[in-house]
Parts: sequence; structure tokens; C-alpha cells
Amino acid sequence: MTTQLPPGLQLEKVDERIMTLNVGPQHPGSGHMRLIVQVDGDYIVACDPDPGYVHRGEEKMCEYRNYITNIPHLERPVIHDSCNILYPYCLAVEEILGLEVPERAKYVRVIASELNRCVYTMYWLAIYGIFLGHSTMFMWPMGDRELLIDLLEKITGARVTHAYFVPGGVRNDLPANFEDVCLRQVNYFEKRIKEYADIFYDNPILISRTENTGILSRQDAIRLGTTGSVLRASGVDFDIRKKEPYDVYENLDFQTNVLQSGDSYARSKIPWLDMFESCRIIRDALRKMPKSGSVRVKLKPNPKGGDVEVYRRVESGRGALGMHVISKSKPEPYRVKISVGSFRNLICIPYLLRGEKLGNMPAVYWSLNYWPVEADR
Amino acid sequence: MSVIAPKFRLGYFIKALLDNIFWAVVLLTLAGIPAIMILLFYIDLPIIDGQILTPFLAFTWMTHPEMSVPLVKAFMQTDFFRIAAFPGFGFGALLAAGVIFVERKMLAKLQLRVGPFYCGKVEGILQLMSDGIKLLTKEIIIPAKADKPIFWVAPLLFVGTAAAFVSLIPVAPKTVVADIDVGLLAVFAIIGFFPIITVLSSWSANSKYPFIGGIRALHQMISFEIPLILSLLGVVILTGTLNLSEIVESQATYWWIAFLPVGAIVFFIAMLAELERIPFDLPEAESEIVAGWLTEFSGMMYGLVQLGSYLKLYAFAGLFVVLFLGGWQGPMVWPPFPEEIVTEGITMGPVTAQIPGLPLFSQEMLNGTLWFILKTAAVIFFILLPRGVFPRIRIDLLLHVGWYRLIGLSFVNIFIALGLLYAGVLGPEGIL
Repeated sequence: MTTQLPPGLQLEKVDERIMTLNVGPQHPGSGHMRLIVQVDGDYIVACDPDPGYVHRGEEKMCEYRNYITNIPHLERPVIHDSCNILYPYCLAVEEILGLEVPERAKYVRVIASELNRCVYTMYWLAIYGIFLGHSTMFMWPMGDRELLIDLLEKITGARVTHAYFVPGGVRNDLPANFEDVCLRQVNYFEKRIKEYADIFYDNPILISRTENTGILSRQDAIRLGTTGSVLRASGVDFDIRKKEPYDVYENLDFQTNVLQSGDSYARSKIPWLDMFESCRIIRDALRKMPKSGSVRVKLKPNPKGGDVEVYRRVESGRGALGMHVISKSKPEPYRVKISVGSFRNLICIPYLLRGEKLGNMPAVYWSLNYWPVEADR
Repeated sequence: MSVIAPKFRLGYFIKALLDNIFWAVVLLTLAGIPAIMILLFYIDLPIIDGQILTPFLAFTWMTHPEMSVPLVKAFMQTDFFRIAAFPGFGFGALLAAGVIFVERKMLAKLQLRVGPFYCGKVEGILQLMSDGIKLLTKEIIIPAKADKPIFWVAPLLFVGTAAAFVSLIPVAPKTVVADIDVGLLAVFAIIGFFPIITVLSSWSANSKYPFIGGIRALHQMISFEIPLILSLLGVVILTGTLNLSEIVESQATYWWIAFLPVGAIVFFIAMLAELERIPFDLPEAESEIVAGWLTEFSGMMYGLVQLGSYLKLYAFAGLFVVLFLGGWQGPMVWPPFPEEIVTEGITMGPVTAQIPGLPLFSQEMLNGTLWFILKTAAVIFFILLPRGVFPRIRIDLLLHVGWYRLIGLSFVNIFIALGLLYAGVLGPEGIL
């Protein structure tokens, strides 16, 4: 009896017609992951995602550092969305340490995290464009993303890895005259992303390629446990900012975008529609924000929590991002479990790609709003 | 294992030369003398000023200022010059290089970038040259299981076929490498070679992605060849000839695109698919199958395939111009050559130089070439433009477009042509 090897490692041919392709990790059409695709001609028979090439052991690393020194390395999985991945950690640690965040800091956090969500979505959109062979759609978001990166650089001092959120507020206050600059840049940004409809979303070839491909029904989306844009594209109105509002999201005026079709086109459109809502949130938050005040509570040098378990989750660019922090009366957390949207959306790939054409593989795979590094943690 | 190059010493160099001089002499005697004999006795040499040009005479005339211009003029009428330089390969390659530069800069402007900028000081004009040097100096890696002879020869065949295609395009009156009566048929035959070369190269690489890309290219090229050929039948029906030069001459008063716009559109779309340009770049779809059938090519082999594909682009654009846009036809914009230079010579201060044989090119030819280049550049611009606007199409949609839409439209085009012919509007006995 020979042991059953994974499909990518099989030496003997299963069928003369079936060819196994290893798409990745060194393939222009994969991230830091491998898709073991079995094709019959141009049709995909089976697809087996194989993540784990960029596993960093973030969860284990958390157990050897105290609550403050955990911040810089926890944002590494998604450096484009670093504020959002630190958000649930800060919320959980605040609950463990019993900190009360100042009102102004809550608004600053919302602004920073929405800016960061847009930065991430633009990066994702750029790669979606080049995956479909649309090079202009790669260049435009990459250029327009700089507007928001400049804003974040003004706030935090860094272009991508900000390390801006700390338990008890944010690291530093907004710079002087930030509101005007932010409003100007965000308005221009909104004008720019409206133009993407002309070149990308209303493009007949794009619609013919992505519509009715990789359809994820409402029931399947719930059953497979998808989150974020994938879930909302399948007709489930679920946004943690609305359902479990954290910080000041309940005071802000925005709506969630839901599409019913559940195909690649809907999945690719939801993040783009969400960017308009992010712009709305930023403008609203700038208006409602207290004009002065503290942005950070003072922490003890090596803060220590009680024997508590806290699970907090936020809506990141890729869906629900939760952190389960267990404290055992020590300066270090006993355990930090990171639950990311990317990994939960990745589960759909074998279901969605079976029976599709090979040409649909990048369109379906990247529409799942998946970030390989985050999924590996 | 690394090898350290020995230091250069003149003594060693001279010694090496002396060691090999015997073989050099033997080779020169065995190969050089027969070559001279062949040149002297077997090749038809041109007659200039009543004298048959021999190699000995040629050397003498090169130093003679009055005879050098006729010599150059005679050289320009040889087949070698026609094939390698002016209406053939060199001209096509030069235009192709221009196309690559324009494509890069235009796409960059479209995408809010700068594009090539540093190489060559002026807007990165030498970027292509540095790319060529890079490709030349790169190592050529061949897959271990590849069928080596076919794999080696495929890029050369590709360039050769593209050059054969270029040689059929008439650039100006009587300026074409092969002016044959069945020119259009020869074009179809040459187009039919490309899928064979593509499949051979992709199959011989013995690798998965090239194989898928090759099969895709085969499907795409074959299914778009039919509308491509059918869309040109309208022009053939109206002109009654397959000779490309005669087709151009038939468009002296009006261009065929005015009467056959459907055929022109079908031909343009089929041309994009044949050229594997975006949105029909499925055989090279990088996010699906790495680089398609080009995946295993490295170094200058890849460079040759690229050169071939851009030559093909130029040839297709030229064919479009010849068939639908009136080829070299256009108002005379090139200034006529002054008569007194031919008769009296060029006067520069006290010196008057009599240069017999001038001008090298006739006014009609220069004018025709100018119009041809302008029209070809316009067509190439429209070939390049979709790259910045469209994503890649999917294989089933592509085949659907090819088999359902384009073939139907090309039949519509044929019926339009037949209607014009039988209504007596156009054609040999037409009223127009």
C-alpha cells in the first residue's frame, strides 16, 4: 500500500487527460501561495489551495512580548492595512487593562482605519486589474493610492507600517491643519475612483469575463463562513461596523453595500463601493470629531491584566478580523489567536473553481479579497 | 567551478595567431577563393555605364567619386538590398523598433506614468537598444527534456516567416521585395504558418504552460484566420486581382474602406487576434499561464520571438493600409528633385561637383513611402490603443466572437461587395 500523496506531489499519472499545474508560489498569477490546479483541457477539474509559504508564527511571538511591544510585529501580516489589524488587538487589550479611550482618539482611529482600508483596497484593486490583463487598472490605483498614503504619512510618519494604534488611544495627535488637507485629498480621491467605473467596472469585456463566474450562493457563503466583501456580494448584509459597532461607528453616517448575484463581478465591485462609504465616514468623522483633547491615556510601564479572556473583532479590508486575547495576570498575553478574513474566504476556492475555465482562475481567486500573508499569519 | 580569465599578453596573442595561421590560410584558400570565383562567374552583375561591374571594378570605383553614386544606386536595386534593407527586413525592423518605443511611451502617458526615461538622454529613446544588449548577453537556458532542434529553430522560423510576410507588402510604386500576381494568396499562406510554428515551439519545450499556451494560440489563430481571409474577399471581388500592388493602384480615387467598412472592422479585429495583442493575448496570459508559449524561451531566443511578433504587427498594419487605406496613394507632398543638380551638378562656392546617378530615389517613391509610413503608423496606433483600455478576453468568448460574429459579418461584407459589383457601381465595368 502506498500512502496517498497530495495531488501536487503525485508522480504517476492519474488520467491521461488530466494535467496538474502548480500555480505558485513562483507564478505571476498567485500570491505567496500555491494553487494545485488539475485541468482537463481548459477546464479546472479540481483546485487545492496550499497556503503557508509566509507563515511567521505571529501568534506564538505574541506570547513572548508584552502588550506594547506586540504592536509592531502584529501589523506585519497586512502592512497595507496595518491600522485595521491592530484595531481588534488594541480594543481587546483596552478591555483587559480596563482603559477608557479618549473621545478624540476614537475619531482619529476611525479616520486612520478608513484611510488604511482604502489604501488596502486600492492595492487589491490594482492586482485585480493586472490579473485580468488590464495594465491601466494596475497603474491608476497604484498612483491614486499615494494620496491616502501621504495623508497617513502626515499622521503617523510612516508610509505603510504605521504602528499607530496603541492600547488606550493612538500614538500621537493629528498634525496641525490636517482636516483641510484630508478633506481636499479625500474629495479628489473620490473623484478619481469614480473614473474607475469607465475604464474597469463598465468595461464590456470585464463584465463578460467576471459576470456569472464563480457564483457563491447566499447559503454557501454562510455555510462556508466567508466574511467581508465576499459575504456582502452574496446578498448577506453583514458588516461588523453596523452589526457590532465599535468605537464611534454608531455615531457616523454610512451604509453597507450589498449585491445579490454572488459572482466575481459583484465580489470585485463591493470593495470599490465600500471606498465611497469610507470617504463618507472620513468626512463625517472629521466633522464630528472633538477639535481638541487628549488622544492617549497614560499607561504604566509594563501593564498587566487580570485573568480574563477577551475576543474583539472589527471589519477590516478583507472582512471580519478578530483577536482572542487571553491574559493570565502577566505582562505578556497568555495566548493571542488571530482570526483573519483572508483565510476564511480562501476556503471557497475549491468550491468556486471546480468546473470553471482556467482563464477564470485569476478572476475568481483574487475576487475573494484574499491576502496570502495575512492568511498565513 | 569558476574560471579566472588569464591576463592579456601580446606575446601570447601573437603566438596564438602563429599557431593558427596555417589553418587560417587553409580555410581562406578553400573557402575564400571559391567564393570569389562564384562571385565572378556565376552571379549576374549589373551593367553600369556600359561596363559590367566586376568585384575588381567595384573596388576601383569606390575610390572614384563620380562612380560611387551609380555604384550605390546599383546596389540599391539588388535583391539583397531589397530583402535585407529597404522594403524588406531592415525597414520593417526599424518601424517595429519605433512601434515598441511609441507603445511604451503612449501606454505610459495613458497610465499616468513616465515610461522609459533615462536610457539615451532623450525620453529613453535608447531603451530598446539596451534591452536588446541585455537579451543578447543573457544565457540561453533550454529545458532538459526539450526537443532541442525544433526548440532552437522555432524562434528563427518565427522571425523568418514574419520577414517573408514583410517582403510581400508594397511600400511604394515598384518598391516591393516580391511583386507576385498571387500576393494576397501568399499572404494567406504565410499567415497559415504561424500557428504551426507556435505549436511546434510550445510542444517541443515539453513543459506545461507553453503547451497550454500553444494550444490556445492554435485555437485562436485558426479560428480567426477564417474571418481574416473572408473579410479580404470583398476587396478581391471588387478589384479582380490578387496582386497587392494592383490592389493599391485600384484605390487611386477612393479607398476601399469607404465601401467595405464592415470588412475593414472584421479584418482589424481578426488582426488583433492573430497578433496576440490585448484584448486577445490569451496565448501569453501571464496571470494564468505565466507567459504562455514564450515561457521557456530565454535570452535572445525570446528577443527573436519578440522581434518576429513586432515585424508581424508592422506587416499586418501594412496589409490593412494596402487593402483598405489606399497604400501609398496620396497627394504629392515630397518636393520634386531640382533638375539642375542632375544636369549641372551641385555648386558649393567655387567648386561644382558633377554627381551622375542622382537622385537615388524617385519622387513618386519617396512620396509613396511617406504616405505609407503615415498610414501604417495610424493603423499601428489603433492596434496599440486597446492595450491600455481593455482587459484580457476569455477563450470561450474569444471563440464565440470568432466563429459567430466575425464570420457572419465577413459574409455580410462579401454580399456588400457583390451587391456593389452587380449593381454596376464598382468593379471593372463600374460607373465609379
